[in-house]
Amino acid sequence: MDQQPSSVSRVQELVYELTINEVMTREVVTISPWASMRDLKNLLRDHRISGVPVVENERLVGIISIENLIQALEERNIDSPVKEHMTTSVHSLHPDDPLVKAVNFFALFGYGRFPVVQADNCLVGIITKGDILRATLRQMEVAWQSEEIHRYRASHIFEDIESEQTSLILRYNIKPQDFVRGGEASSKIKRALERLGAPPAVVRRVAVAVYEGETNVIIHSVGGEVSAEIHPEQVIIDIIDYGPGIPDVEQAMQPGYSTAPDWIRELGFGAGMGLTNIKNCADIMKLTSKMDEGTHLELTFKLQ
Amino acid sequence: MTLEQVLQVIEGMAVSKDIDLQTDVHMACGADLMSDVLSFTHAGTILLTGLTNPQVIRTAEMTGIVAIIFVRGKIPPGETISLAQEKGIPLLASRFTMFETCGKLYQAGLPSCGLFNLSEKTWREAFGKNKGTC
Repeated sequence: MDQQPSSVSRVQELVYELTINEVMTREVVTISPWASMRDLKNLLRDHRISGVPVVENERLVGIISIENLIQALEERNIDSPVKEHMTTSVHSLHPDDPLVKAVNFFALFGYGRFPVVQADNCLVGIITKGDILRATLRQMEVAWQSEEIHRYRASHIFEDIESEQTSLILRYNIKPQDFVRGGEASSKIKRALERLGAPPAVVRRVAVAVYEGETNVIIHSVGGEVSAEIHPEQVIIDIIDYGPGIPDVEQAMQPGYSTAPDWIRELGFGAGMGLTNIKNCADIMKLTSKMDEGTHLELTFKLQ
Repeated sequence: MTLEQVLQVIEGMAVSKDIDLQTDVHMACGADLMSDVLSFTHAGTILLTGLTNPQVIRTAEMTGIVAIIFVRGKIPPGETISLAQEKGIPLLASRFTMFETCGKLYQAGLPSCGLFNLSEKTWREAFGKNKGTC
């Protein structure tokens, strides 16, 4: 059920991510404004296309299509120059425009192709609906394959390696006061769990709890480490610091109790809700602390 | 509500480039206290905040927040924008206050993130118990 909406939004994402430059055809068949409509007829037939940009001195001056040709034929005017039949008010795109602009152009104006020009009206490419389809499909395939390979490799670790008990241990050092980099360990643990195929709701709880714990180590301690021990059925998180320790663990556990400095509060943290939140997120929480030695927070999250 | 509709309602602007305006948001949360955001939001929420430091993006990443609106015309620093880009979290901006921006979205039908559910009874009891002590 989740497949369809996510793949639809992926196409939408791509339409914003890709630029015209990455999608357009660079080798453009063009015609001079002084060529005859008969020349145009041959050109369209030879290349099996239905319209071309009209170019003079590498500058775009108009666009002409099979419809203009039919009109010229009806008027028995096939030997008159292209200049007399072409459309001069051309909707053109810039190579740096997002692909979504082209998609909107196709919806708005109903033409089959749009020329791509640089600022000086110099023609650099052309874009058709076929180009868009090919580019988005190619891009989706590349992205899908790379993420799928990661996911496949990761989710098979526990099946491929045989032992009495297999676990994966991730370990990260946490520097004190380094608030700017705070959250990197949580972010990496979150991604690892996603790739291992853990349920999204559990991944979220782990990520929030580790982030709160990591932030505590950064704010209050002289440094420490975060480790995640991932088993097929559970994740055990150890957040350890090397001091100074919590004088009164019970008091620290009270919602709203905080010893965070003002600069941390200004950043939106330190409300004294961290440990309460960690407790709510984890299935089992154990907090031990010894003054001058350090603090150990052990969290267990069930995966099954 | 899509991000495109959110932008219309708050008369806002997109800070990030290349955002998917069709991304759906189901509920909203207005907070300057990231500790509360970490405690009381659902995945799929749009966050309204006046804070612009990179930890706002981290908080959003951990909690599964789908987009962030910076209120009061605040412009986030480059490091916040680039972290959001890396994590794929769209950033929007509103020139109105937190109260006004929230009000516009609420009036347009966007509900609260609602994880923080306090019944009136529990609330009145807790209030009665703590009265005078703080």
